[in-house]
Amino acid sequence: METVVTLTLNGEMVSARADQTLLDVIREQKIDLPTLCHMQGLSERGGCRLCVVEVQGAPRPMAACVTPVTEGMVVRTHTPELEHQRRLVVELLLAERNHVCAVCVVNGHCDLQWAAAKLGVASVRYEYLHPDLTMDASHARFVLDHNRCILCTRCVRVCDEVEGAHTWDIAGRGIKTRVITDLSRPWGDSPSCTSCGKCVQVCPTGALFEKGATVAEMTKERDFVGWIIRGRTKREWTW
Amino acid sequence: MAQTIVIDPVTRIEGHSRITIFLDEHGEVRDAQFHVTQLRGFEKMCEGRPFSEMPALMARICGICPVSHLVASAKACDALMAVQIPTAGANLRRIVNLGQLVQSHALAFFHLAAPDFLMGMDADPAQRNIVGMLAARPELARDGVRLRQFGQQIIEWIGGKRIHPPNIVPGGMSQPLTAETRDRILDELPAALTIAERTLAWFREQTARFAEEVRHFGSFPTMFLGLVGPDGEIEHYDGRLRIISSEGAVIGDQLHPRDYQDYIGEAVEPYSYLKFPYYKPLGYPVGAYRVGPLARLNLAARCGTPKADRARAIFRQKEGVLRSSFYYHEARLIEILYGLEKIQQLLEDPATSDEHVRAFAGPNSQEGVGVSEAPRGTLIHHYKIDDDGLMVWANLIIATGHNNLAMNQSVQQVAKHFVKSQALTEGMLNRVEAVIRAYDPCLSCSTHAVGQMRLAIDLRGPDGELLDSVKRE
Ligand code: SF4
Ligand code: SF4
Ligand code: FES
Repeated sequence: METVVTLTLNGEMVSARADQTLLDVIREQKIDLPTLCHMQGLSERGGCRLCVVEVQGAPRPMAACVTPVTEGMVVRTHTPELEHQRRLVVELLLAERNHVCAVCVVNGHCDLQWAAAKLGVASVRYEYLHPDLTMDASHARFVLDHNRCILCTRCVRVCDEVEGAHTWDIAGRGIKTRVITDLSRPWGDSPSCTSCGKCVQVCPTGALFEKGATVAEMTKERDFVGWIIRGRTKREWTW
Repeated sequence: MAQTIVIDPVTRIEGHSRITIFLDEHGEVRDAQFHVTQLRGFEKMCEGRPFSEMPALMARICGICPVSHLVASAKACDALMAVQIPTAGANLRRIVNLGQLVQSHALAFFHLAAPDFLMGMDADPAQRNIVGMLAARPELARDGVRLRQFGQQIIEWIGGKRIHPPNIVPGGMSQPLTAETRDRILDELPAALTIAERTLAWFREQTARFAEEVRHFGSFPTMFLGLVGPDGEIEHYDGRLRIISSEGAVIGDQLHPRDYQDYIGEAVEPYSYLKFPYYKPLGYPVGAYRVGPLARLNLAARCGTPKADRARAIFRQKEGVLRSSFYYHEARLIEILYGLEKIQQLLEDPATSDEHVRAFAGPNSQEGVGVSEAPRGTLIHHYKIDDDGLMVWANLIIATGHNNLAMNQSVQQVAKHFVKSQALTEGMLNRVEAVIRAYDPCLSCSTHAVGQMRLAIDLRGPDGELLDSVKRE
């Protein structure tokens, strides 16, 4: 039998299954909480810190996507301090690489851009780093643009956990961190990549896109991860 | 003691520029140079980016004629993909390009140039602008606003957006034409045509008063360059290049844009960031040519639309080949007429409404050239890519660049005629500026820079000492 816990969410009592994360419960309650590295169906990374919430008694804000629910928890999701922190995160992401939305393939369909708009990020208070980054267009169908990558690792996880190819990895540390394919050889030369395109679809930004797409043309299909996971775990596919 | 005059910045032109006038020992104008002092290298910026991003990126060179860059860039990309784009896609690009022609010419004529004709060259600069015009001749100012708006609307409806329309893509267009858009434009066309005809008639009445300007406004022999169709008709989107002599003799015809480097050279001068293109067979600087509306009307055999052809016949009656840059203004009005008529023809053609508007392909050729006629003249985009389709090199020749040599000669001519003293008078300044404005130079484009319309004039003596200086912000 499933254990049920009760917690207080923004002043309301709610119950949840003990194996749920705070983010699951928050979403069930239809509370709008921004996320970037989280993707339904993939393992959690807890890296972007956009989903931070205040848990009473905790010394610092917690990432809801990696925090399990516990009995008696008191949680707040939208304090001015939290909103301030989320804005900070988005501003830092924008300043770290080269985000020029007006000429970006996903302009208008970008999770980072939506998060910025929703949080009211009208300007960036940090100096842009303007790093000199390359693109990898060696793959026949897809392109990787490091300029727009926010290192969320959604590509890494979907490739490993859903497609089972594990083409993607993370190399380097700190500001030098990059996503790589097959021990850093050009994507087009990757023997493990099956060209399924799952990474491209789950990438929240314009970092991964279909070759030939022009500005604002690239839209992404995200629901498929859920279908695949459900189909597999519930054995819905019977052929 | 010889002297120098510098004019900086020229008002009511796009971009930033400076003029230096050099006087000799007798206080006569010895030389005049038109400097463009801004530089922004889009050619460098695009390196390493996928070619498919180029149209949208290059459109950012200019907020005034982004469509022209979009079209030339998309055509260069078509060449990289080595595709023939569907007729409907080509026709829609043509219409957007002509919408751009109409709106840009309307801006140049009504907002930037007409105040001079209406109030006279020596009128107070505080009055000699669109606001003053609104007070003096409200119906004329209103016509200008409406015509420009119509052009912009065409761009927005078919191109998807007013300033940087996203629907023009490598391989064609991303959206077919809807019947609703077609009918909306066709409904409003007759009113726009009436305005264009009315304005042309008004302008012709005015020109009689400007005989002196006609004589001294860049009135000198140069060659003319522009695109023509297969039968030598006027062409703004596709076609081949034709170059004619100052007498009208065809020197080069049906030149393939792809081979432009065979016949167009680009010289550099230390006093300007703007390159000086010239016709290679004649060398530099003898190979000076002009581009733009005047060039197109001088070199094309016909417009191919009834009203514009009638207007062109009257225009060309004046002299065989029109050499004074003053005629650029009338040429612009005739092209507006042509643009509107042609848009109508294209919209009425059922082929334009076809659903099939785009060809898809990857990079199939490592080099591509795209040429189109921007409102201000021939525009060349030339790209090279690597095997993956990433840009490795680009060269752009912008309309204002082609006119660079001619603009310098015009400034000299006007300065020689109107600059008579060691100090700068308002009327003289206005004329020097006006001759530059006749070319409607878009300096933000030509140096690929974004900037304010500014110009300074310096007057310098024979030893380079500054005698007088005027700045306009
Ligand atoms: S990835 Fe998103 S935020 Fe970054 S440039 Fe593209 S649209 Fe803008
Ligand atoms: S490429 Fe996209 S999905 Fe992968 S880490 Fe970067 S932003 Fe995330
Ligand atoms: S969504 Fe929770 S840390 Fe990124």
